Amino acid sequence: MTTWIRRYSARERSNHWLVAISFVLAALSGLALFHPAFFFFAYLFGGGTWDRILHPFIGVFLSLFFIALAARFWRFNHFTPADRQWMKHIGDELCNRDERLPEVGKYNAGQKYLFWTVVVTVPTLLISGIVIWQPWFAPYFPVWLLRVAVVVHALTAWIMILGIIVHVYAAIWVKGSVRAMTRGTVSAAWAKHHHRAWYREMTGK
Amino acid sequence: MALQSLDIKARSATTTPPPRVRNPVHVAKLIDISKCIGCKACQAACMEWNDLRDEIGTNVGLYDNPRDLTDQSWTVMRFSEVEVEQGRLEWLIRKDGCMHCDDPGCLKACPSPGAIVQYANGIVDFHEEHCIGCGYCITGCPFNIPRISKKDSKAYKCTLCSDRVAVGLEPACIKTCPTGALVFGSKQDMIHHAEGRVADLKERGYANAALYNPQGVGGTHVMYVLQHGDQPELYANLPKDPHISPLVSLWKGVTKPLMSLGIGLAVFAGFFHFVTVGPKVVDEEDVDPARPSDPSKERS
Repeated sequence: MTTWIRRYSARERSNHWLVAISFVLAALSGLALFHPAFFFFAYLFGGGTWDRILHPFIGVFLSLFFIALAARFWRFNHFTPADRQWMKHIGDELCNRDERLPEVGKYNAGQKYLFWTVVVTVPTLLISGIVIWQPWFAPYFPVWLLRVAVVVHALTAWIMILGIIVHVYAAIWVKGSVRAMTRGTVSAAWAKHHHRAWYREMTGK
Repeated sequence: MALQSLDIKARSATTTPPPRVRNPVHVAKLIDISKCIGCKACQAACMEWNDLRDEIGTNVGLYDNPRDLTDQSWTVMRFSEVEVEQGRLEWLIRKDGCMHCDDPGCLKACPSPGAIVQYANGIVDFHEEHCIGCGYCITGCPFNIPRISKKDSKAYKCTLCSDRVAVGLEPACIKTCPTGALVFGSKQDMIHHAEGRVADLKERGYANAALYNPQGVGGTHVMYVLQHGDQPELYANLPKDPHISPLVSLWKGVTKPLMSLGIGLAVFAGFFHFVTVGPKVVDEEDVDPARPSDPSKERS
């Protein structure tokens, strides 16, 4: 019999998926304007003009949902000395030599890095995005600032997209993780194996 | 190809070569500021031909009217009262509008395929039906030319009367200029004509007279004869050395393919990690899963 441990509440899961859906929509509609190779994504949103109209609103929803999510998970993502130890074993982590890894709490250092990457990139994208938002805000800013903002927006979005690719892959790679965000539970064995300190905290064992 | 004379040399957000078997003559408009009397007939002709009617503005104490370029005013006279040297006032009148750069920053920045094109004759044209209203062309332009309409959120600017030029007519502003300050023809002829004008101005005491055909943007298809060629800023801040902002070059240059490649590589790295190293699977039956289990089992 598998024992299940609760990892995320229904509210946390909904919040996560609201961010995730907004991110996918924002990334696709944004990439469409970044490189011609991705312009066909614009057709998913009703064409280039609709893509331009919708993208900033999606970004605002993403930011709002993410603020709520960040507030929920903030306290679990402080770095500890144990995280530094874990980072030294990143090669073991990647090569599935899990027996050599130090104990991990609710999140490992990689997960924490992802959290802080998004904490930095989302507000940066929001601010630079507002500056270049046509036709509402961009006309009020000088052209040099628009030029800075477009570059900052593109670079930051790129970093965030790479971060999320790693995040999604990690969920596929570490079997049993996706369930935490779909059903809210993980198996006791999963918790014990990947997040032993958190497992002890949850079970008292 | 609707009209051979409108063969396209460069097209926004397009990575494959446009049709380029023909090589028609490069055209240029030459604006001889020393001959301009500021009558604004060119502005009126531009409105007339392009069927544009700007809103009637208010007097701001200057001859400039309208005050700035708009979606309805694709060319405006900019009047500068300049004391070039002590006691010598000059009234410099510059007809402002799109310079039709040979290396157009607007086209480089535009993300919508075909919204901005450069014809083989050198004219840079906006195709508003493909414009998505993002305003990127504004960031790309070194001359502050494109204007987004409040009515339809599309970008507008001087077309160099591409529709007239395509059928062998000169642009409307040229047609109407009463002093010969505006001339139009092949770029080579215009440079030749300008050389004569510059020599004439030099003879008349304008030692620094020069042709304005800035190389920072690959040269332009709208050129000025300036009495004070060493100080283009005198002419309502005409930039001395215009070029596409390095930020825009960075954004729409190397980073665009490199960052796209990076995203692709990240996805591939994940895929190949999965098929080589494999997933992390926890044995649900394992009593002490954090301890090393049979390695052969883990790697399977």
